[in-house]
Amino acid sequence: MAAKKPAERSNASKDELLKYYREMLLIRRFEEKAGQLYGMGLIGGFCHLYIGQEAVVVGLEAATKDGDKRVTSYRDHGHMLACGMDPKGVMAELTGRIGGYSKGKGGSMHMFSKEKHFYGGHGIVGAQVPLGAGLAFADKYLGNDNVTFTYFGDGAANQGQVYEAYNMAQLWNLPVIFVIENNGYAMGTSVKRSTKSPSLWERGAAYGIKGEAVDGMDVLAVKAAGEKAVAACRAGDGPYILEMMTYRYRGHSMSDPAKYRTREEVEKMRTEKDAIEHVRDLLLQGGHASDEDLKAIDKEIKAQVNESAEFSKDSPEPPVEELWTDIYA
Amino acid sequence: MATEVLMPALSPTMEEGTLAKWLVKEGDVVKSGQILAEIETDKATMEFEATDEGIIGKLLVAEGTSGVKVNTPIAVLVEEGESVSDTPAPKAVAAVVAAAEAPASVPAQAASPAPAPVAAAKGWPHADLPDGPTKTMTVREALREAMAEEMRRDPNVFLMGEEVGEYQGAYKISQGLLDEFGAKRVVDTPITEHGFAGIAVGASWGGLRPIVEFMTFNFAMQAIDHIINSAAKTLYMSGGQMGSPMVFRGPNGAAARVGAQHSQDYAAWYAAIPGLKVCMPYSAADAKGLLKTAIRDPNPVIFLENEILYGRSFDVPTDPDFTIPFGKASIIREGTDVTIVSFGIGVAHSLLAADLLAQDGISAEVINLRTLRPIDYDTVLASVQKTNRCITVEEGFPVGSIGDHMASTIMQRAFDYLDAPVITCTGKDVPMPYAANLEKFALITPAEIAAAVKSVCYR
Repeated sequence: MAAKKPAERSNASKDELLKYYREMLLIRRFEEKAGQLYGMGLIGGFCHLYIGQEAVVVGLEAATKDGDKRVTSYRDHGHMLACGMDPKGVMAELTGRIGGYSKGKGGSMHMFSKEKHFYGGHGIVGAQVPLGAGLAFADKYLGNDNVTFTYFGDGAANQGQVYEAYNMAQLWNLPVIFVIENNGYAMGTSVKRSTKSPSLWERGAAYGIKGEAVDGMDVLAVKAAGEKAVAACRAGDGPYILEMMTYRYRGHSMSDPAKYRTREEVEKMRTEKDAIEHVRDLLLQGGHASDEDLKAIDKEIKAQVNESAEFSKDSPEPPVEELWTDIYA
Repeated sequence: MATEVLMPALSPTMEEGTLAKWLVKEGDVVKSGQILAEIETDKATMEFEATDEGIIGKLLVAEGTSGVKVNTPIAVLVEEGESVSDTPAPKAVAAVVAAAEAPASVPAQAASPAPAPVAAAKGWPHADLPDGPTKTMTVREALREAMAEEMRRDPNVFLMGEEVGEYQGAYKISQGLLDEFGAKRVVDTPITEHGFAGIAVGASWGGLRPIVEFMTFNFAMQAIDHIINSAAKTLYMSGGQMGSPMVFRGPNGAAARVGAQHSQDYAAWYAAIPGLKVCMPYSAADAKGLLKTAIRDPNPVIFLENEILYGRSFDVPTDPDFTIPFGKASIIREGTDVTIVSFGIGVAHSLLAADLLAQDGISAEVINLRTLRPIDYDTVLASVQKTNRCITVEEGFPVGSIGDHMASTIMQRAFDYLDAPVITCTGKDVPMPYAANLEKFALITPAEIAAAVKSVCYR
């Protein structure tokens, strides 16, 4: 974790810290519930959990404004919750029901929300990178000052189309922030087994793109870096690369036994670097909240997640006619 | 010893051109590498260099002469002390002079390397055109006009691709568009099909209506993941929330002797994908009417053009609102004995075959499908119910062809009307060879089509 120290952590307000705590906890509890529903056979196919990486999306969403866009890979539940999509609609999509964001036709890997400017949910590793640059192309063409957050993993960072997108994004000064979520493993292949580069963000230098590595387990550091990148893009000085040094606690997908790393490694990250524990400590040590206050939040979040699970079970399967709709506009 | 300077072939599909300007005059001493003339092909004006040294003894073709066939002598180089009169007059001169004196209204057309006389593209009844005034234009001009009109109509329509702007288009389809619409809307890309196709799909989600030009659909193989996984499937995967209103267009199929990697017809590939719409125009009217419909369509449209057809001229309605709806085939030639179903350049071959067959007393009905998704089964089935015989014609590979699909549809929906099995005429099941003779064998020809028709007519 060669990431830099979080900046001015003590300056974060109580409200801000509580907001991050709540949002990160929602993602974690939601994902735990999704794992549970998967085990019960209510969620099928591929299901990639975001547990461990919560600070990345919560911190970056704190740097956005209305109309900003986001696009990501198949590990997308956290991004959707962080940008304000309804947990009920996300969970119902996971169970393949009509109440899901894609009416049950997309699944875990393919969800979208036009209203929240969430553009998927993409199952082909790296494909979302030019797509995100394209969303930014549209914003620039239309003359607004919105930015697009284009998330991808350390695995996708080896796809050729990432560098095709880098080149054009810089050539045309597109307002796009490339967010590399480096969780250390491309499925089962560690970064050191897949790349000789010392860091992934530095590859942008070949195209003249500014960037930096960030402690992706520290939501305040993430937010600060996000604000810097957003400011550059809004000022017409995009694109920008942020390499978030993070970690996923669960396997690549639900069917991954994760034999490629040790239990000790996972434990060490959980105990020493956990993003939610970090904010919890700041809240308690700063005197912003008591144990009881945080327990009350935990309870509230748990209820919200349970409600989404109930909705996802009660929502009916899509009617057969849905098979034949939405093929053409 | 005098040397003839011959009209050069300056592109794979060029068979004739215009001698725009001489840069030397009779009596000039020229060195090899010196520019002798400017020659206009249907794509560009090219400089033509001398390969031999000598003195220009005589210029055989006047400046401004159009329709000069490749390999026609255009000048004579002599050695010092020699004069043109010392050498016999080149045989082809008389023919060239005749061409030069032909009325200027005869358009210079890029001829096909296939054995299709240029004149065959014209003169058929235009049963498929609406009433009203028309003007003659090439497929190339029709495509350009369609884009320009739609770009004037909707400020969110833009064109992107390799060499579409400053170069004025690798095949000159986008000529002049940069001047009119500027670099914001006519976007030159690096050579990076995978990347710019993805950027265009993202831009379509962001509220724009991209037209992506592929220099050839062979290069779109690099981008096919975005065409299919990103553009075609997103409306469905999003439960109808967001689609990809855009056009992917460019030349498809064989040009002339450009080898296996530049000669594939992708019609059947794209037509297989739900979420895409697929057009394959034959005439300039098809090209204009279908491209305007494609640009206005809220779905991703694959628009398969043909380099050999680019330079051919057809009548096109002048009505600025002229469009052709998708899923509506045209009966381009009526007949009673057999139905020939084709699309794209296959229609040109089919019309020539119908002409050959007429000499043998066989009346062939030729259907131009125009769009392959949606596909107009009804027009085909109605024709088959009348003629009781059908063959299909396309340039693509035989396995999993459009013809296979049409034949199975006819079998399922009009079995009792058939007096013979449906024959599917396709390109041969081989990578495209380079050798001129082998390439001719690989491509579908009017003679093969006529033979297939005779076979289903038991003649």
